Parts: sequence; structure tokens; C-alpha cells
Amino acid sequence: MQIRSPEFKQNARIALTDVGLQKALGNVKTGFPDKRAKAVARMPEFDALRDQARDLKNHILQHLDLYLEIFEANVIKQGGQVHWCRTAEDARQTILRLCQEAGAKTVTKGKSMVSEEINLNAHLEAHGIQPVETDLGEYILQLRGDHPSHIIAPAIHLNLEDVSETFHQHHHKPKSMDAAVLMQEARETLREKFVVADVGITGANFLVAETGSTLIVTNEGNGDLTQTLPKTHIVVSSIEKVVPTLEDMSLFLRLLARSATGQEFTVYNTLSSGTKRLGDQDGPEAFHVVLVDNGRSDMLGGELQEMLRCIRCAACMNHCPVYGAIGGHAYGWVYPGPMGSVLTPQMIGIEQAALLPNASTFCGKCEEVCPVRIPLPKLMRHWRKNEFERHLTPQAARWGLGIWAFFAKRPSLYRLLSRISNLSLRSLAGKKQRIEKLPFGQAWTQMRDMPAPSGKTFMQQWQARNKTGHNS
Amino acid sequence: MSRADIFASIQRGLGRRQASAAERAAVEQRLNAKAPNLIPARGQLSGEALQQLFISMAQEASAEIIELTRIQEVPQAAALWLQEKGIEELVLASDPELQALDWSSTQGVLRREGVAQAGDLASLTLAFAGIAETGTLMLYSHPDSPTSLNFLPDNHLLILRRVDLVGVYEEAWNKLRTQVGENWPRTVNMITGPSRSADIEQKLQMGAHGPRRLVIFLID
Ligand code: SF4
Repeated sequence: MQIRSPEFKQNARIALTDVGLQKALGNVKTGFPDKRAKAVARMPEFDALRDQARDLKNHILQHLDLYLEIFEANVIKQGGQVHWCRTAEDARQTILRLCQEAGAKTVTKGKSMVSEEINLNAHLEAHGIQPVETDLGEYILQLRGDHPSHIIAPAIHLNLEDVSETFHQHHHKPKSMDAAVLMQEARETLREKFVVADVGITGANFLVAETGSTLIVTNEGNGDLTQTLPKTHIVVSSIEKVVPTLEDMSLFLRLLARSATGQEFTVYNTLSSGTKRLGDQDGPEAFHVVLVDNGRSDMLGGELQEMLRCIRCAACMNHCPVYGAIGGHAYGWVYPGPMGSVLTPQMIGIEQAALLPNASTFCGKCEEVCPVRIPLPKLMRHWRKNEFERHLTPQAARWGLGIWAFFAKRPSLYRLLSRISNLSLRSLAGKKQRIEKLPFGQAWTQMRDMPAPSGKTFMQQWQARNKTGHNS
Repeated sequence: MSRADIFASIQRGLGRRQASAAERAAVEQRLNAKAPNLIPARGQLSGEALQQLFISMAQEASAEIIELTRIQEVPQAAALWLQEKGIEELVLASDPELQALDWSSTQGVLRREGVAQAGDLASLTLAFAGIAETGTLMLYSHPDSPTSLNFLPDNHLLILRRVDLVGVYEEAWNKLRTQVGENWPRTVNMITGPSRSADIEQKLQMGAHGPRRLVIFLID
């Protein structure tokens, strides 16, 4: 995926006036936070589970080499192999080689953000192997030559009209505006792909040291078909995902679905351990776990270590006013929202991603909802300090003013944020005095020039959100 | 090379070379103890209350529950359910308990045994456990229980014994450890309701890639 993070300001400006995007983003703001709040309310122990999850992740990180060694030994014991990849390039090459060794022409894929991170699809295609995304959202994006804008709801930036048009073009069927019909089309088309694929590639939400297993979490069942039917199953995942035991995995699972979609439990939680056993009638004959580092081990022992606790639930972006206003693509790389603003500079370099840690109102909502209690605002401040030290500040400060202007144009959002914290608003521009000197009146008049539909939708949604906006 | 680099980098970050004896002991202790973490009160039930929790959570996840007494009643109940849906064929797991079922009093259900094929309309399998806290079923792969039966057919019918109901995930893991011993299975499925997706405008649609319907025959 092409890096567009340096153009963050411009991306954000375009996103704010993109009528279709603003309409689609309404689905984030009205859906996820309420669902999470309801699920959390049904689990009185939720905060205690979060404390345990934070502590357990810290324990794991302190013993990461040991747990990874045990995980590897147990994968081998179950008939699988582990491939260690220090960089994204190593991982691309390794997976390509494994696919070539399996004689693969088509590869089905379950949803995997690590595979986006290493830009796997383009690499396979360049070498004559056709990757087929099977998660409905990812499938839609692949047909459109597009990329995920959200880590669990990849096509959240699209509307029904977009999907309808795309499927009409690719499926050669009458155009439908019924989401159920569209999903049915995808189901039928992909069924054929599942059956003929030579290799299935999935990600993993957790790696269990005790049993040498990988776990995927899906609602669709696509990951399961991906990893059950082909002869070879390749898991691509990252080193911080290891957990000691099944009990420990269960702790995280109780937090993951509730934080992510507000479900009590995701439909399919599937544990894979090695190859098919003697006498098994189906299942893969080869099992490979490709473990990607790509900058993660360098975060250990430093100020960013806490970011390695992330379980990729997306709660931080679902509750982020900046993400809600501009969507995921504006961030310009794979991981958007608050977690992305911390991770992206680590993975693509702070020079390229310098603007992202400023894409925050420092309202603190992300930290408030994070199931593993990652202090995201603090980690973003770490990058800002780092920028300052590297003399990247002037640009960043200019952005600070820019983002203030954008919030000033939205009085209801402004009011919401004021209520949350006056202090965090001040930090928008870095210095208190500057905010007070900003031309409020002018910003207000500029709003009249904004396209009405986008402004209206945005306002309506925030107003609706204000009524129910208490969800932790 | 990469492996050594990664481990060196991790150890550099942790500010040590090889882990100390104490660190190794802590890890071994955790792996051996397999101690539960905090277990929510919700699932700590027994008897009727446990069963009711399982049923209500499974139904909330859009699973259908059909309560029966004996496994011998399954063919009738399954045939009736299939008939209502206009389905005439059923793929069964090659489990001796399923093979022993008597279908002679049912009509019009074409049965086959083995793995699922694309286009299969319905499967019948045995669940290993039911987990009340979220209405979740646990199944694991073995020669009599191919995983494809749980995902390819349009409708998944399962038999679950009331005695196999447990409160929480941790109990199910222990039950599985006891059952399989050293022979850990390739796949363990935890299934909570039928397949779904909200990828189009965040509006939930049932039946994405896996079964559109999940039917649980609860027996004694
Ligand atoms: S940072 Fe926290 S809230 Fe955000 S995705 Fe990671 S675990 Fe979830």
C-alpha cells in the first residue's frame, strides 16, 4: 500500500468534504460506541478483566522470547513450521516462497491486517499468484482496488451504492440495492474460490504457546473455509500476539468482541494446531506460521512498549472524534485512528508519519475504552516530543492550528469536546494563548461554504451521539 | 538469520541476554498451572439455571434450539425441520452415535456421510460441549468429525447433550484436555450462532460464508 501519511492534512481536508464518505462514517459513530456500551454494561467484571488483561500482556512482553520459543516448539510438535521474519520484505518473500513450493495459482485469504502491513497481495500478484480476499469487506475492496479504512470493518468508508455498483461490474448480474442480495452474490462467487484454492492464508488474533495453536476470530466463517479446504494453511501474524495458555486467551476473548463490535462473542473462534491428523477426512496437509517482527521488538523496553499490548479491537478508532470525522484512509497507511497514530510512525518512520500523532484532540476517549488500557494519548505525545527533538515541529504546529479550525467549524462537536475536557482542547494547538487568538467568527462563516449534505450529516450524527454519548 | 535477529532484538529491548532462572520458572509455572483468570459470575451456574443461560444466549446469537429427550428422537425432529425448509438431503459426520440412529420412520431425507462439498444444504454433527456464558458450541476435528461440515453446508444441525453443558470457556478447555490427552486436534471450533456480516454499511446480514442457520438439538 502506497504511503500517503505525509499528505495527512490534505487527505483530511478532502475527507471532510467528501459527501459519500461522511455519510458512510455516520455508521461508525452511531453503531459501534452504543453497541460496546451495552455489552460492557452487561459484564460487571469488565473493568477488572481489563486490569488483568493489561497485567497479563505486560507479563507476556517481559517474557516474550520465552513464550515465543515455547510456541515454536509446540507448533513443530503439532506438525507445523514457524518462519521468523524481521522485516515486511522478509515476510513477503517467505510467503511467496511457501506458495510457490505449494505450486499455488490461487490463494484464498482470510482477513489479516499484518498481510496489509507487509503489502502481501501486490507481491503475490507480481509473481503470478492470485490472492482472493474472502472477508466480505475485503472482497469488496479488492474488486475496487481499494484498501481497508478500518481494522475490523474494512469497507466502512463505502455506502451500499458503491458496493452495488462494484458487484454489478464484476458479477455481471442485475444491479441490486439489497445488501442481502449482494452478500449472496459474494457468497456464491467465493464458494468456488474456496474449493479450488491451493493455499489458504489467514491472520491470527492470538498464538497460544501451550498448544502451539493460532486463533482466528470471524463472524462470516470465511477464515474457516480458507484454512480448512486447501492443502496448505499459512498463518501470517506478529510476535506480540503470543499468549501463554488457553485460559489466558479466554481472558482476552472476553474483552475482544465486546470492545470491537459489542457482541457477547464473535460467531467463530477457531483454534488451529498443525496439520490434519492421521485419519482426519479434511484439513490442511501443511501448516506454516509466518511470524512478523517489522519494528515490534524495537518497541520493547522503550516508551512505546505499552502499544504492544494492543489486541486490534478497534475501539479506539470507533470512539475517536478525529477518525469519525475523516475516516481511516486520511491517515495514509494501514493502521488508522489512535492506535495507528502510534504504530505507523514506528513502522514507516516518523519522518513520513510526523503529522499523525497530532491527529488527536487529546480528549482521552481512546484510552478510556481500550481493553488493555494503552495510554494512547501519552504515546502520541511521545512522538510529538520526538518530532520536536528532530526539529519537525513547525510543520506539526501548523497542523495543530489546522485541526483546530476544523473543530471550530463544528460547534456541536466543539461543545462535546469542551465538555469532555477543556484542557485537551487547549492541547490542540499546543499553547493556550494561540487558541484564544484564533478567529472563531471566520471559521464559523467558512462553514457556510461547506457542502450542505456533509455538514448536515455530520452534525446530525454528532447530535445523536451527544444524546447517548456516555459509553464506558 | 531473522530468527536470531528477532530474539536478539527482543532481548536487547528487555535489557538482558538469556532469561534468568527466575523468569524461566515464572513462565513454566504459568504454563503448567493453566490457572483461570477472573471468571465472570454470569457463567458460574449449574443445573437448570445453566441450561437456561445457554439457551437464552444461543438464541440471542440467532441459533435455533430444539429441546428433545433422547438422541433417538433426532431423526424425526431433523427430518421435520428439513422438510419445513424444503431440504431433502443431509450430510452426517461419520460418528458411530450418528450411524446408530434409526431413520426408518422418516421420509425423504437423502443421507450421506463424510466431508462437506460446496452446494451441500445441511449437515448433522455432534457438539463436544456447550458453553453457557455466551451460548457457544465447541467442536473439534477428529476422523469422525470433519471440520468442513461445520462451515460449507447452508444449514448446520447439531446434537448437544445436556450433560455436556458447562458454564464458561475455561471448563470447556479442561473438558477438551481430558478428552484428547496428548492427541490435541488440528481444529477446535467455538461457534456462537450462524454466520453473519455487517460489512455493508454496518447492517447485519445473516449467512455470509458459513451456515445461514444453526440448529441445536438439546438432548439428555
Ligand atoms: S489500542 Fe486498544 S482500543 Fe485501540 S485497537 Fe488496540 S486494543 Fe483496541
